[in-house]
Amino acid sequence: MAARRGASSGHRPGADGRNVGPVAGAIRLTLPAEPKAVRRALVRICTELLGAGISEDDAATAELVLAEVLNNVVEHAFQGNADGRIELTIAPEEAGLACELRDNGRPMPGGALPAGHGPACSTAVSALPEGGFGWFLIHSLARDLAYARIDGANILALRIPLSARAQAS
Amino acid sequence: MQLKTEDRGDVRLVLVAEPRIDAAIAIQFKEALRTAAGESAPRVLLDLSEVRFLDSSGLGALVAAMKLIGTGRRLELAALQASVERVFRLTRMDTVFTIHASIAEALGASPRLTDAG
Repeated sequence: MAARRGASSGHRPGADGRNVGPVAGAIRLTLPAEPKAVRRALVRICTELLGAGISEDDAATAELVLAEVLNNVVEHAFQGNADGRIELTIAPEEAGLACELRDNGRPMPGGALPAGHGPACSTAVSALPEGGFGWFLIHSLARDLAYARIDGANILALRIPLSARAQAS
Repeated sequence: MQLKTEDRGDVRLVLVAEPRIDAAIAIQFKEALRTAAGESAPRVLLDLSEVRFLDSSGLGALVAAMKLIGTGRRLELAALQASVERVFRLTRMDTVFTIHASIAEALGASPRLTDAG
């Protein structure tokens, strides 16, 4: 695998095209805002990451974080409108996987990222929440979260740290 | 939705023969699990050994199923893969669900009405 210098651009020669780039380059894809499409995209991304030498643990982290942010767009930004499209870029950098999601659905409420509620502390089954853990998981596992609404599009950037990678620098 | 059920004494064993419990199947999963749990077994033991991915929607479905199964009955989990176990640990849901390392361990820990010891 080629050494990477932490350049902010995820572009690599040969990583052109709208779909999945070569192993060491950025992964780019556009998917419909629909749960089954999210599932297919995650399976594909996971395969690409493992093929690029990312550890199973790190690939699992990426899969979970991306599942949560993509499902959030499907459920809230597009509210089940499967005509919506989500653009996703994942660029391997020394500091981790730099991910960017772009969609033209509804803006984030209040124009800011939700905190998500904390872990369950009640043991009364009837009082347990059945949702809301998504943002908590995102905040727990991702770094450098940033959200902006630009020209009618939601742009969410985040970084997934790589823990177990002995990459040449 | 692939759920396979089997009764072992007072335990209803439910094998989740799906690789993913995610937003794409969370609602179906909740309903299927409610049906698979039946109405009488005091313990419902979910074999998650084949599940390699669980997201917050899947976790929510499990919590919802636990509520639907009703008071006085228990939904327990067994044989979690590392990626699934981590979701329970991060959300502290591992303190809410009874989680067994394996089905064998879970069945060995089955409370006995004979109360011999």
